[in-house]
Order: sequence, then structure tokens, then C-alpha cells
Amino acid sequence: MLQANIFNYSLTDLEETARKLRRHVITMITAAGSGHPGGSLSAADIITALYFKVMRHNPKDPQWQDRDRFILSKGHAAPVLYAALAESGYFPVEELKTLRKLDSCLQGHTDRNLTPGVEMSAGSLGMGLSFAIGVALAARLDTKTYRTYVLLGDGECDEGQIWEAALSAAHFKLDNITAIIDRNGIQLTDWTRNVMNLEPLSQKWQAFGWHVIEIDGHDFRQILTALEEAMTIKTRPAVIIAHTTKGKGVSFMENKAAFHGKAPTPEEAERALKELE
Amino acid sequence: MNEAAPREIYGKTLVSLGRQNPDIVVLDADLSPSTMTHYFAREFPQRFFDCGLAEQNMMGIAAGLAASGKIPFASTFAVFASCRCFDQVRICLSQTKLNVKIVATHGGISVGEDGTSHQAIEDLALYCALPGFTVIVPADAVETAAAVKVAAATYGPFYIRLGRPKIPIIYPESYPFTIGKAVTMRRGKDVTIIATGIMVAKALEASNSLAKQGIECRVVNMSTIKPLDEEAIISAASETGAIVVAEEHLAQGGLGSRVAMTSSKERPVPMEFVNLGERYAVSGKSSELLQRYGLTDREIAKAVKKAIERK
Ligand SMILES: Cc1ncc(C[n+]2csc(CCOP(=O)(O)OP(=O)(O)O)c2C)c(N)n1
Repeated sequence: MLQANIFNYSLTDLEETARKLRRHVITMITAAGSGHPGGSLSAADIITALYFKVMRHNPKDPQWQDRDRFILSKGHAAPVLYAALAESGYFPVEELKTLRKLDSCLQGHTDRNLTPGVEMSAGSLGMGLSFAIGVALAARLDTKTYRTYVLLGDGECDEGQIWEAALSAAHFKLDNITAIIDRNGIQLTDWTRNVMNLEPLSQKWQAFGWHVIEIDGHDFRQILTALEEAMTIKTRPAVIIAHTTKGKGVSFMENKAAFHGKAPTPEEAERALKELE
Repeated sequence: MNEAAPREIYGKTLVSLGRQNPDIVVLDADLSPSTMTHYFAREFPQRFFDCGLAEQNMMGIAAGLAASGKIPFASTFAVFASCRCFDQVRICLSQTKLNVKIVATHGGISVGEDGTSHQAIEDLALYCALPGFTVIVPADAVETAAAVKVAAATYGPFYIRLGRPKIPIIYPESYPFTIGKAVTMRRGKDVTIIATGIMVAKALEASNSLAKQGIECRVVNMSTIKPLDEEAIISAASETGAIVVAEEHLAQGGLGSRVAMTSSKERPVPMEFVNLGERYAVSGKSSELLQRYGLTDREIAKAVKKAIERK
């Protein structure tokens, strides 16, 4: 049985890998001609930390029963997850350029039946945390020690189902779940504070019975410390509110709602890739 | 005739399944004394999850349990199991094909006094629309027990609709249920009544009185609404030349629509429909409502005569 992450990258390797995933995101979405760059870029560091440092997983055996699970609830960020899976070895990196194309295993939003390593289908926001609870309850029934990670968008937290799930994860005392909120402050049309104010977000999760950790979601030291801390919390679930920048790493996409769901033009992609070298 | 409430039998069947298979888990949404999952909860508290009044969350949790090797049964009233969480069921269960069994109780208008908000009469249309789902409406308690056992043993998402009241037992204990196989309850050459759920017993009553008038009805219990037993429909059409479909559901999207689609494609014959049409019902006693809204043996008999006239 694997006791640790098979990559166990250093901080420098993690930083380089995150840049590589961001480059994949730009290339993939540009080739597809559609997709969601903003929320993929904001989540790149979190996902890199999970796949290349923290999670026990085996790309050669995606169904390995004791693996830690990662559930992408904000399914539109599929490109960055696909990039991480490809770089981990779940499927060849060349597959990435088939994103959103007919007969590709890389659907516009995640599909658990088509992509090796994808735990759950998504695309309709608000559902991933509930699924994670089921996975975590099964771990408890089977006395397994795997951990269930779930990545939520902050706009996604407008959905009522998130709060149904938040209530129940605490009620069931699921200390084997770590939720991470990609708190980039922007949803589809605008800043979350203008569309639907979430604050005080940390106090809301606390009031729902969760252990809350707030970090800079682009600082690997803080990401890793927070993920470690979450593992030590007993009898309640933990949520990491990761403050991030939508479009992170590409100057003209940063903090721009316009790049939530728009592919860059080839010229924009070229500039973006240069910035991500 | 002996009577029993299918949901009561469902609750007891869950307990026996739970004893045989440690992977059976049960979820409910604060209705376990009504859905009868409380029997399971009492015997297997570790494997029972009350999700509170949160049906969307419940379906997601069920999916997560199924993806991790469990066989979840998720229960609530049929109105909530269908309308309240359709998107969750669509994405997490239909599109994934995960092994979740939704057993919804209090279906149809026979739920009675709780009134229109609580009367699920569009649930079959919704669930039949979902690729990969098996949809079953048992006709009595015996068939309920059999269907629940078969569902537990068959991979894939299921929707089983049960009612609230006690209904006549029409099958012997030894009745073997097969998914997608209609059962001929009575032979006849003049017309076929295809019925489901509580309407099967009523179809049998109608056929008895019609026999006295010289009309011989074939009566078919179509308990599996999806996948549909198309062969049974085609042979009914070709051998009896007319079909009446009876169900406790709105006109659109339920058994009637589905039978008509098969028959019109394969073997068009005159058809009549006994259902709730295009209207919601009101509060009242179960028996009063069935009377008021025409879900009776008399209405079936009338429809039979009409269908035969049109042959
Ligand atoms: C239920 C649902 N409603 C609407 C949408 C359309 N939609 C896709 S992404 C999005 C905004 C998501 O914002 P957020 O969760 O903050 O994602 P991020 O900024 O991290 O990309 C919306 C409204 C959807 N996918 N699902």
C-alpha cells in the first residue's frame, strides 16, 4: 500500500508543475475554441499540491480502493484537472489537445465514466460536496483511511445544496473530508460581492460546524500546511478557504470575469504562454 | 381479498436484504416512519443515514456511496424524490449509471388528504425520460418485495414507486418478478388492458364484470414501465386488436405514452387511456379521489367498450 504521494515534489518542482499545468490549460482551451480559463488558472496551485505532493494515488491503478479521492465540484475547471491527470500519468499528455472534441475522453465538463482518474461527473454546480460525503461515509463503513478532497468555487457556494451538504458533513462528523474553496472572488458575470455576497464566509462555515483554515491559495507553503492541518482535525470536517486570483498567471486574464468562460484567441494564447514560461 | 401496504413490505424487505448483504445502506430524508425505512434504521443504525430535509444532498450522498461499492436505497415521498432533486438524479445517477435504488413512497393521488403538493403524478414521466433508469411500479405487496430484491441484485439506477394505502394482494407468495417482463393476469381475445400499480387490481375487477357481458379482456400487469416489454404490447395489439392503458399518473409521459409509442410504431390499434389527464387533484380520502378522478374499474370498463367500438 502506498503510504505517501508517489511524486513528493519539492516546492520548486511544484511551482514548475503548476506553471506547466497553466500552460496546458491555455493550449487546451485555445485548441478547443471554448472553455473556462479563469477558474482553471486560479485552481492550478491547489490541484498541483494535491496530485504531486499530498494525495496517495496511483495513476497505474485509478480504481485502487485505498486511494485518496479528489472531486472537482466546479466541473468547468476540468482542463486543469485533466492537465494534472495527464502529467501524473493517467493518460498520455497528447490527449489534452482533444479537449471538447468529438469522441475525446476529455469532455467539456468532467465525466467519471470516460476519463481515467476522474472521480465524479460534474457541470451542474453545487453537487460535488454531497457526493464527497457519500464517499467519506463509505470509507468510515469500510474502516478505510483514504481522504476525500473536494474543490468548490466561491460562486458555487450560492447553491443551496452546498449548505445542505455542509450541514450534513458536520452532522455526520466526517473528519475524513477536506473541502477547498477556490475563493477567487469572481463568478460568471462579476465579483461575487456584487452578484451574491458570501461574506462573512469563514464564519458561515464555522457556524455550520466546520474547522476553517484561510490561506493564500497560490502560496505552496500555505497550501501544504493547510492540507496537513486539515488531516489532524478530529470529529468535524475541514474547509480551506483559499484566496486566489481568477486567471492567475496571465496578466490580462487576472481578475477578469470576461475570461471566466471564454477561450483566448491564438494571439492572446501566445502572450499567455510567454508569461507562463 | 387480503390487503397490505407495499411500503410496509418494502421496509421489511430492506431488513432482510440488510442481513444478507453488508453493502446495503439506506438513506432517508426525515420520513423514515412513513417510508418504513425505520425498520432498517433500528436494526442497522450504522448503515442508515437520515439526511434531513435535503433531498438534493441525499441523492448526491447516495451516488458517493454507490461509487464506493455500496448499494444505497434512498427513500422519501415520490413528489420529493422526483421533482425536488431531478438535476441531481440526472447528473449523479442517470449520467453516471451509478448503482442507486430510489424507492419512493406515497406516489399518486391515492396518498389522499395531504393534497396536491403531495400527489406525485408526474414522477413516471420524469424518471422514464432518464437514460439508464429502470422504473417499476409494483401492483401489490408481493410484487414490491420481489422487485426490491431484484433491484438490489441488479446493477444500475432504479426508481420504484410505491403508494401509501393498503392495496389488495393479487399475487401468491411464490410470484417471480422479472425486470421488463409484463405478466398476463387474465387471458382474453377482445381487448387488452395494460395496467400498472393500483390500477392492476381495478383492471381485473373491470374484466370480471365485462366477462359477464360477454367481453373477454386480456389483462396485463406492466409493472416495469422502463424498459418496456414491447413484445407484450405488440402481441396484445396483434392478438386482441385494441388496448386500454390504466395508470395513476398524468396523461403525458407515463405508461400510456410509452405503450402508445410502441404500438403506433409496431402495430397501430385503437387505444384508450385511463389516467389523470391534465389536472391536479385535491385533498380527500384515497377512495374518494380515485372515484372523483376516474381511476376506477368502471372507467376502465367504459374505456374498454370505446376501444372495442373503434376496432
Ligand atoms: C447549477 C448551475 N448554474 C449555472 C451554471 C453556469 N455557470 C458555470 S460556471 C458559473 C460561475 C461559477 O463561479 P465559481 O463557482 O466562483 O467558479 P470559478 O470562479 O472558480 O470558475 C456559472 C454560473 C452551472 N454550471 N451550474
